[in-house]
Amino acid sequence: MKVIVDMDVCKDHGQCVFSAPEVFQINENGRLVYEAEPDESLRDAVEEAADVCPLQAITIEG
Amino acid sequence: MTRRILIAGASMGGLRAAERLRASGFMGEIVAVGDETHMPYNRPPLSKEALASEVTHEAVAFRLRPAVADVTWRLGVPIASADLSAGAVRLADGAELAYDGLVVATGMRPRRLPTPGPARGRHVVRTLEDARALRGELGPDARVLVIGAGFIGCEVAATARLLGADVTVVAPEAVPMRRPLGDDLGAALQRRHEERGVRFLLGRTVAAFLGEDRITGAELSDGTRLDADVVVEAVGSASNTEWLGGNDLDLSDGVLCDNALRVEGRAGVVAVGDVARFPNPRYDGVARRVEHWSIPTDTAKRAAVTLLSDLGLCACDETPFAPLPTFWSDQYDLRIQSFGAPALGAGDIRVLEGDLDGEVVVGYHDGGALVGVVLIGLPTAVVRYRAELMRAPVAA
Repeated sequence: MKVIVDMDVCKDHGQCVFSAPEVFQINENGRLVYEAEPDESLRDAVEEAADVCPLQAITIEG
Repeated sequence: MTRRILIAGASMGGLRAAERLRASGFMGEIVAVGDETHMPYNRPPLSKEALASEVTHEAVAFRLRPAVADVTWRLGVPIASADLSAGAVRLADGAELAYDGLVVATGMRPRRLPTPGPARGRHVVRTLEDARALRGELGPDARVLVIGAGFIGCEVAATARLLGADVTVVAPEAVPMRRPLGDDLGAALQRRHEERGVRFLLGRTVAAFLGEDRITGAELSDGTRLDADVVVEAVGSASNTEWLGGNDLDLSDGVLCDNALRVEGRAGVVAVGDVARFPNPRYDGVARRVEHWSIPTDTAKRAAVTLLSDLGLCACDETPFAPLPTFWSDQYDLRIQSFGAPALGAGDIRVLEGDLDGEVVVGYHDGGALVGVVLIGLPTAVVRYRAELMRAPVAA
């Protein structure tokens, strides 16, 4: 599974962080950082993170 | 025999319901009926980013998970009526559809003002077409009158200002976004808008729209006359539940549900999204509709399980359904984020961090307990405060 966040679209709301904290984090500068190739066991959480993104900036491949 | 679940409504709630039905193991037929012609799309950008650029379906369409590829979408046709005893709905085009399970996800529509005057130049913002029509009239020369100072009204005001329009907001309340933010934060946000050139005429309503075949202005309740080319009515919404009439349901405000999202007393019928009025044991247990971003996703998850257990297709979830409502609003470069139920803590509002004219965290308390948090900026504090709200015990 590959996660791609369109950082031109992302506005750092952090909603994804609540769904999949293992994959998405807000860093000390308030910007989103994420693990681009999370473990398959996290798929449900990542799918939910993509769903709840206010800007729908998260794409999942594979 | 293949069972059929009918989803009434093809917006975010309907899509999330279809996804959760599949995720919960439903292998039967899913038919989603929607009155708009579009596949489900994301509405919040319609008063923000999308309104500021070209409004296209592509820009706001929800991605479709492979799991819902076999859902039948009947779009562009409203549901005329339902007979819950018979398990069937009739569409506006005359077609009848029988179902084994029903998901009510018909959402809301904008309330319109009964104010007399010409109709041309008057807008609402709910659908893609609404946003497109409004976008076509917004420009640097437009004189825009926004009626209503809630979140949608203030977002449209901000977007119109960014596009260079002359913007006036008229509303009956004393400060914008007063419910649920409270007087102090509402007033602080009003100052931010005023610094950017938005004019507020509060404590009054519109008595009449002026003009012959299209809007040229408005006369307010205090006699003030304003010139305007474009009017945006942002005065709340009404539930799309008329089609459920005649089934002996409580439709006084959305559709009344139990805590598991089952439409009261009706096995095999659930509701999802802002049309669902359900009790939340995280708070006082009073049934309420919640028009927040997180609600379609959260309610769909639980409603799918409830429906499938009613149909004998999965085990019931006995844990209390206690979602933490969440929404955000972007106005200019301001990020406003809300968690929990600020409106329930309106009697005890405290600044927890920062200051009202900069980045700030405001806490809303009930009986001394934190029940809601609103943040302006301070992105690094978001996770912490949300976690604190989630930690509060929920009554079983």
